[in-house]
Amino acid sequence: MALLDIKQLSIGFGRPGAPLIAVDGLDLSIEEGEVVGVVGESGSGKSVTSLAIMGLIDAPGRVSAQRMELAGRDLLALSPRERRAMLGRDVAMIFQDPMSSLNPCFTVAYQLMETLRIHVGGNARARRLLALDLLRQVDMPDPARRLDAYPHQLSGGMCQRVMVAMAIACNPRLLIADEPTTALDVTIQAQMLDLLLELQRQRGMALMLITHDLGVVAQIASRVVVMYAGQVVETGALPRIFKTPRHPYTQALLAALPENNLGRKRLQTIPGVVPGQYDRPAGCLLHPRCARAAPRCVSERPALEGRPGSQVRCHFPLTGEEPRA
Amino acid sequence: MLAYVAKRVGMVIPTFIGITLLAFSLIHMIPGNAVEALSGERGMSPERYQQLSHQLGLDRPLRTQYFDYVGHLLHGDFGRSINTHDGVLQEFLTLFPATVELALCALALALLLGLPAGMLAAVKRNSVLDYSVMGVSLTGYSMPIFWWALLLIQLFSVTLGWTPVSGRIDIAFDFPAPTGFMLIDAWMSGEDGAVASALWHLILPAIALGTIPLAVIARMTRSAMLEVLREDYVRTARAKGLSWFSVVCVHALRNALIPVITVIGLQVGTLLTGAILTETIFSWPGIGKWLVEAIHRRDYPVVQGGILMSATIVIVVNLAVDLLYGVVNPRIRHNS
Ligand SMILES: Nc1ncnc2c1ncn2[C@@H]1O[C@H](COP(=O)(O)OP(=O)(O)OP(=O)(O)O)[C@@H](O)[C@H]1O
Ligand SMILES: [Mg+2]
Repeated sequence: MALLDIKQLSIGFGRPGAPLIAVDGLDLSIEEGEVVGVVGESGSGKSVTSLAIMGLIDAPGRVSAQRMELAGRDLLALSPRERRAMLGRDVAMIFQDPMSSLNPCFTVAYQLMETLRIHVGGNARARRLLALDLLRQVDMPDPARRLDAYPHQLSGGMCQRVMVAMAIACNPRLLIADEPTTALDVTIQAQMLDLLLELQRQRGMALMLITHDLGVVAQIASRVVVMYAGQVVETGALPRIFKTPRHPYTQALLAALPENNLGRKRLQTIPGVVPGQYDRPAGCLLHPRCARAAPRCVSERPALEGRPGSQVRCHFPLTGEEPRA
Repeated sequence: MLAYVAKRVGMVIPTFIGITLLAFSLIHMIPGNAVEALSGERGMSPERYQQLSHQLGLDRPLRTQYFDYVGHLLHGDFGRSINTHDGVLQEFLTLFPATVELALCALALALLLGLPAGMLAAVKRNSVLDYSVMGVSLTGYSMPIFWWALLLIQLFSVTLGWTPVSGRIDIAFDFPAPTGFMLIDAWMSGEDGAVASALWHLILPAIALGTIPLAVIARMTRSAMLEVLREDYVRTARAKGLSWFSVVCVHALRNALIPVITVIGLQVGTLLTGAILTETIFSWPGIGKWLVEAIHRRDYPVVQGGILMSATIVIVVNLAVDLLYGVVNPRIRHNS
């Protein structure tokens, strides 16, 4: 059984009369110890999906699903107390902007020890030692001194290391990383990914890595989920999905990668923008931007089809035989 | 932190100089001048006028007079009351505890009710509770103190007969007052019912005086809290599995307090001006009432000294608040 099993997840905002659909019928499953990359343009619903898993979508936001289970437990049926016992212990999350994700009024030690206090217990001295050990595990330079530092005294990379330390403090089975490197220096991005991957391997935890960057996914994920306008358009294992993408959108994302544009004057881009929550077209959501759109794509919305782990939402999936654009 | 303290303290000095200038020029702003003010309705002979002017040093150049004035201040000489001939500083120090006691109780009331009310309103934003808290505090804020105080007296003292109308304690009590704080002195005296009587006298003036700070603190807490609750670190705190109570009362409140503390500091000025009205209405023997009476009697050394010392208190309290601000906000502590 999958560690995380989501069927038909929908997330909406706004009043019932004028709903804003952020995520629409999303299926996602992650196995124990698996690294899954979730990619998609801005606004495709990656962050709200992960927040929904954490149970951090507040009213008036609405979360509904046919099934949403973590380690066999129904996430939608948890009481607030059960939910809190799970957060930080079974599933943890790190965010895009590490500087603002740490509380400016408390020291690193306080914020690390707080997580340990709620989930592990033990006396303050033991927790402080654990906190120091965690900082070592995330390769914090000069960890003993950083314990008593405030977030504003640390660089963005160091803040993100603290966030990672906090997230792994209780050995979660699933770590959700929402664009963990976007706000960091390019030089530190690779280090951060290496660190996450190393921790994932050591601890055998599952990692859900949200990113814009297909190149990153290619390096570390074993499976990819491609999202577009609140829907999954393709999922598949690596490297198959990169070699022979079946959805035109995946193909377009790959074509936009700098390494696939070597020797060209201009980067290939996808024309147009992701439809907003109000201007969703009928039929396939991608059709206004799709070079292969046919009349059927305009009138009928395709379903996500295929076997679990390798699905595509397209009336005319690519076969790999087409001439290269 | 040390650099921060030094900087704050250094910034206070020019303010002090400004206040002495202001207090000094007060004598020269009295219509006519201080000597004429002394002479009353009947007027005085030119010789007597010359003599008084000379006696008060008013015939010397302004600059000399000012430095003279500051020199006296530095020696703790604030002049003597024209009315009682007692030293202004001594009178001030005798009456000051009564005002402090009143202001502290008013502030405590404002904090005890204002902070939770503002937090609740923010957490339950747009609920009936939020609207009630904001509505009531807006009303409290717009209410003139004297009218509000009279309303309270009318209801609780006159109609219901629950509280006394004036004074600090029942006249039946007679005990030494080593601290000047009635609650403490009453408690130390050990007399039956003394503390209760002092408290009973204190409650209505404290409510009247504390209402505006209460309203301001509630509104400020609410808006600071709303701002802070949207921050990323609040989401992080929730993602750790912290209880809602810890998220709000530890992670959010600590940050929301930073602007609230500034506002509390500013309320000290409001409390002192409010004390003038409140003490007059409730016959509370503090510096507010003292100043009003001095103005009525044209006792300008008292007015001058009283203003100087009240202003000093506001400055010192704001300095203390600035320093406290550094304690609460680590970014200030380390970056200055
Ligand atoms: N609290 C909210 N209220 C209303 N709409 C929201 C809220 N949070 C997110 N949305 C909307 O949901 C949609 C998906 O947002 P989300 O943040 O998940 O995108 P994303 O894929 O993470 O994008 P990015 O790559 O920019 O982080 C967006 O259109 C956004 O405007
Ligand atoms: Mg996002």
